[in-house]
Amino acid sequence: MSSITYLEAIRLAQQKALADDPRVFIYGQDIGTFGGAFKATKHLAKEFPGRVLDAPISEDAMVGLAIGAAVEGMRPIVEMQFADFSTCGLNQIVNQAATLHYRTGVPCPIVVRLPSGGTPGGGPFHSQSMEALYAHYPGIVVMTPATVEDAYSMLLEAVRLDDPVVFCEHKFLYYHLKAERLPEEAVPFGKARLARPGRDATVVTHGAMLHESLAAAEELASDGYDIEIVDLRTVRPLDTDTILASVARTGRLLAVGEAWPWGGVTAEVVARVAAEGFGLLDAPPQRLNAKETPVPYHPALWGTHRPTAETISAAIRHLLEL
Amino acid sequence: MLPQMSKVSATKPKKVRTEPASKAGNKSSSTGASGEVARKAYRAMLEARLLEEKLAALYRAGKIVGGVFLGRGQEALSAALGVQLRRGDIYAPLIRDQAGRLAFGDTILDTFRTYLGSSLGPMRGRDGNIHRGRPAEGYHAMISHLGAMVSTVCGGLVARRFRGETGVVGATCIGEGGTSTGSFHEGLNMAAVERLPLVVVVTNNQYSYSTPNDRQFACSDLVKRAEGYGVAGHRAVGNDLMDCLGVIGEAVAAARSGKGPQLVVADILRLVGHGEHDDASYIPPELKKSDLARDCLPLALRSLVEKDFLSIAEADLWKSEVELEIEETVSKVLREPSPDPFEEDWNAFAVIGREARP
Repeated sequence: MSSITYLEAIRLAQQKALADDPRVFIYGQDIGTFGGAFKATKHLAKEFPGRVLDAPISEDAMVGLAIGAAVEGMRPIVEMQFADFSTCGLNQIVNQAATLHYRTGVPCPIVVRLPSGGTPGGGPFHSQSMEALYAHYPGIVVMTPATVEDAYSMLLEAVRLDDPVVFCEHKFLYYHLKAERLPEEAVPFGKARLARPGRDATVVTHGAMLHESLAAAEELASDGYDIEIVDLRTVRPLDTDTILASVARTGRLLAVGEAWPWGGVTAEVVARVAAEGFGLLDAPPQRLNAKETPVPYHPALWGTHRPTAETISAAIRHLLEL
Repeated sequence: MLPQMSKVSATKPKKVRTEPASKAGNKSSSTGASGEVARKAYRAMLEARLLEEKLAALYRAGKIVGGVFLGRGQEALSAALGVQLRRGDIYAPLIRDQAGRLAFGDTILDTFRTYLGSSLGPMRGRDGNIHRGRPAEGYHAMISHLGAMVSTVCGGLVARRFRGETGVVGATCIGEGGTSTGSFHEGLNMAAVERLPLVVVVTNNQYSYSTPNDRQFACSDLVKRAEGYGVAGHRAVGNDLMDCLGVIGEAVAAARSGKGPQLVVADILRLVGHGEHDDASYIPPELKKSDLARDCLPLALRSLVEKDFLSIAEADLWKSEVELEIEETVSKVLREPSPDPFEEDWNAFAVIGREARP
């Protein structure tokens, strides 16, 4: 099998979901004959006639339609063209999808795909990482796959889940991340993955920041440091047990996120470790996030706005000296 | 076609009558609504009126926590939709649709259980008052964000289409204020694009809470918007039961037979405040004396009696039956358990919590 990109894994997962389950349909802008802005649904409309539907530019109604269909037993996948535009559908996601099961006992198995995160030149409205926003609301599962394998197996898992899932697929990983084969078996739902074992410090991260963190760990390895990296995979549920087990081994924590720090995933990770694993820590827990401005357009600014292997490496060195 | 009704065809728009319905008076139309349907609608109106009077009394007595939002004056329009939907249709009512809810199949028991927070009710104290439904039975539980239910009903209809079901109708209700929302626009536009069998009933009761229509929209008549969306438009006299039955009956039948979305607009005045906390002092006295303010319940009774659909004696009997049912229901529900915070699972997820820690 030739190399499969992260983006192709998402397309293949949707193809499999459509083939395996007649309740699945996909709804989004430009996803039919055109195959989607990123081609995540390329050829699917032809292969599954009537089940890959172009939507009007109406994010609120797109999610509302998915919820109504889910109530009737369907398994809709909504493609947001960019994660940033999901705010136009925010009300339906957080007030209707997230509350439905709690209020009525009827599950709401929808998947909302969010092409997320920054790419050079994306700018303020095509670059956002929105996982913390959705994770804030009880009732929503938030997935942030960081590998080709996870993009595939977690999307299939998202479709099978009875809860609404916000699926934050990372655009920066779409093309350059490749795998030789797709997994047959998925990692259990809600479990974080030890992406790199180590003993000197723990980096907890997700999405595109996993790869920046791995590069930072490689760089530090040449200086003899052994850094452990936890890939969260889902930010809600948050696998606190795996995080605490890692901190128990290393005694030091750096939480790295591409999004803004205020009330974000890294804040939640640090809060949980501080509250539940204070005695495991040999140093104050640290975090590294994007700078607190809108995501800038110019690559020179963007490359500094978000954490990179270099800044993560520096943050780890600082942590090791505390 | 009824004299009070104008219709805009989805393909060939016709001129829409623009004068307010109140000017046309409340003359009863020779509609095709059967005596059986009219009787069922009147019964739902009566039940709603008496039930809501009890709710208001319970609210004043401090027995109901939270808001109480009544549909007094709007029962005819509400019931006319609920009564013409079938089991298997999809219905997403709004706050002033007690009559339509009962006509669709909701019960006096579920209503009081939800208002009084019984743990045995469909919402189990997790949501209250008009936020009540049984979605698995096609009866959606509204969220407070106006317009949101339009696309949700569309989704239900899309699911039915995927399953090859035909002859299904989805219906939702909204006020004139709700038509200003983006959700309403997106939902109705989407329904038109997908040509779904959706009926949207807009109750133009002149005030969105306290905001008058001239601060809410600038078009001369909301039914004109139907043409812009590419859906059929209908106008009903909101406090005339037989007219509402005729107009909504035609809209429901058109949707059921594949003619796409239908927008029904009816002028009316609510005869209560926005909620029981509100004295509606912003409504000018002259409007309260206008045709818009004529109470639909006695008008409906007169109309049904004139048509020999119902006798005064039978209506009186119904009233005693309903009053008894309400009293018995309230006394039963007041003895039912409230939700227990120690028994509550405090889990918003269907899956996690069982399989993973949230």
